[in-house]
Amino acid sequence: MRKTLWIVSMLIVASLVLAACGGAPASTGVEPVTVVETVIVEVPGETIITQPQGYGTILARVKERGKLVCGGRTDLLGFGYLDDNGNNVGFDTDLCRAVAAAVLGDPTAVEFVPLTAADRGPALQTGEVDLLSRNVTWNSKRDAEWGNFTVTMFYDGQTFIVGSDSGINTLKDMDGATVCVTTGTTTEKNLASAFADAGLTYEAVTFEDTASVYSAYDEGRCDVATSDASQLAAIRVGLQDPAAHKLLGFTISKEYLTPAVPAGDDQWFDLVKTVMWSLITAEEFGITSANVEEMKSSQNGDVRALLGVEGDWGYTQLGVDASALANAITAVGNYGEIYNRYFGADGVFVLDRGPNNLGINGGWLVAPAIK
Amino acid sequence: MIVKPNTQSPPDPPGPVAWLIKNLFSNWFNSLLTLISLSIIYFAAASVLSWVFTTADWRPVVGAPLLYLIGQYPRDQMWRPGLSLWLIMFLIGMSWGVWEKYVKAFAIFLAILLGIFAIVPLETATITLGVRAAFLINPVLIYLGYLIGKNKIVNGQHVITLWIFVSSLIVLVLLPGFEGIPFLPKVETTVWGGLLVTLLLAVGGIVLSFPIGVLLALGRRSSLPVVKIFSILFIEVIRGVPLITILFMFSIILALFLPAESRIDRVLRALIGMTVFSAAYMAENVRGGLQSIPPGQIEAARAIGLNNFQTMVLIVLPQALRAVIPSIVGQFISLFKDTTLVVIVGINDLLGIGKSILGSDPEFVRLQAEMYIFIALIFWVFSYFMSQASLKLEKTLGVGVR
Repeated sequence: MRKTLWIVSMLIVASLVLAACGGAPASTGVEPVTVVETVIVEVPGETIITQPQGYGTILARVKERGKLVCGGRTDLLGFGYLDDNGNNVGFDTDLCRAVAAAVLGDPTAVEFVPLTAADRGPALQTGEVDLLSRNVTWNSKRDAEWGNFTVTMFYDGQTFIVGSDSGINTLKDMDGATVCVTTGTTTEKNLASAFADAGLTYEAVTFEDTASVYSAYDEGRCDVATSDASQLAAIRVGLQDPAAHKLLGFTISKEYLTPAVPAGDDQWFDLVKTVMWSLITAEEFGITSANVEEMKSSQNGDVRALLGVEGDWGYTQLGVDASALANAITAVGNYGEIYNRYFGADGVFVLDRGPNNLGINGGWLVAPAIK
Repeated sequence: MIVKPNTQSPPDPPGPVAWLIKNLFSNWFNSLLTLISLSIIYFAAASVLSWVFTTADWRPVVGAPLLYLIGQYPRDQMWRPGLSLWLIMFLIGMSWGVWEKYVKAFAIFLAILLGIFAIVPLETATITLGVRAAFLINPVLIYLGYLIGKNKIVNGQHVITLWIFVSSLIVLVLLPGFEGIPFLPKVETTVWGGLLVTLLLAVGGIVLSFPIGVLLALGRRSSLPVVKIFSILFIEVIRGVPLITILFMFSIILALFLPAESRIDRVLRALIGMTVFSAAYMAENVRGGLQSIPPGQIEAARAIGLNNFQTMVLIVLPQALRAVIPSIVGQFISLFKDTTLVVIVGINDLLGIGKSILGSDPEFVRLQAEMYIFIALIFWVFSYFMSQASLKLEKTLGVGVR
């Protein structure tokens, strides 16, 4: 009898615990992806705009926390790595700092969460990070599943590294070549389809990890090695004789590296896009981290609008200060400054700007007018 | 009359030449084997040594010692891990004084290592004179702790209490800090890294999984069906799943079910995962010990009027745990090494920091062998001292001897 009572009481306790656990998430009700109700956002002097639930939640969260949570890397040279003192630096890292400077006025108000390839998607889906700036290639599936991809800030693509005197310049020149490649990656798939499309043959020498690929290439065990252009440029510096190797000038895949934000908050999505555009636009207008104050009194109305001294570039709706974009540019510089910091002549490795040049200079970087 | 003793002293031990002839060159075949083995050893040693001292480029190892130790912990808050190290070294010194034989080798080794680290010239600007001075205090603290620990007034219970108090203080107060306190600002665990996180996960996992494991083992043998079924389910489910899956489960899937606000700290998630995993194995180890206790022990305990709880705590568990010390220590060592798996959930432990250091300079990409060897060495040292301490503990407790 006592035993039965005991079991019954245990079951009651267990069910209470379960009920409590089940109730908790529902009562807080902050899942960023549900679009069921609408909230009304009043914009002074304008008509009332209805916005889906979720609108503005991330900005409110970031401001309350006083810190931007940014998903990144600590182990990718040039994009996201550590300096000697353990500070996060790199191209992707600077994009996070630009957003933090725009929203909070402080480029150091960032908490970097190191993410692996496996958990970057879930980190965005769950809203654990406010911004994912981790060398992520934008593709339609990820866009559908993970969140919203903002503005492509780095056009990368798979290419080849070959000996400077090998006489290889096109895909055709590589017919029958041995190619060093990491196994089981999209890199290997791209290689196979590129050669199959061109009706060429090759002999693959595969390795589990990237470092082995490059040491094998360095030792001359294969004619060419293949990976993303940015990675090959970094690797070239570490080869025994960097000058004896060159990158080919074409790509066989689209790796459009794009910062992404969680789904369900259009305000945050727009805000991050605008910050990215402002970095590109600043380079077009010649606004640098050094001359922002000076440019505020520029003759050009578009420059004054961008820097927030005239008109409204959308900041009222986006919930930030008029000087938000000016702060971002002051903190990290314009796109060209960021690029050159890591991939220019004084950067960690040199990579020709190619497609990552402004549209007006023949590259692919464009931004709508900020006004 | 004095009788001259008839006994002869035993023959002198053979000289080195005689020993060589007897053991290595007794016939032509053994001589040949000896020569071949010697040449293999010679060439292996020569190539390893020449690699270590000439070919190998140790820049990724010596260039960023602070990164290996504390990861990205803010450099303006370095006094906090520094003070933690002092406290721990003092306690290790005290433990050396109290449990002389188990801790002595480790304490002396640490004292020498930290002393060397303080004075060895490294080509890096991150190790300032202040850092060196702070490190130089560690051996002094170990010795001071030893002198105090040797004192008869101090016993093991005092030291254990101090360990619990000090380590909770370090992990809960000193290192994380608090929001809004100026002299102890909050430091998110996302910037903790290196050896700090590795030790935190290992020691945290070991300390937390032990009591849970014992409870699960008792639960599995319990006569209460709910407790029994829960324990069996827990143990069998966790043991049937690889650690890597559990880490993924806790760091990714769990987050999908929780609201965005209730962000559980990543290091904590990994710690929970490791604890849960280790507890299930611990439970099976302890159960083995429990089964080895003859029923007569329990009957005898009942006969002298002990209740269930007393029987368990005073009679059964001490014997059961004693019997399974080797497997428990083995479990701890493997947990310690398994902490490297947290790299895959984005925590910069010792291995993760090593990988990050390789990514900080294009010339380091070729130097991964050096980094991995260095990290393997660190793990070996800790594991070695753990297994040595366990061997001595077994001898003292007479495990396997009746």
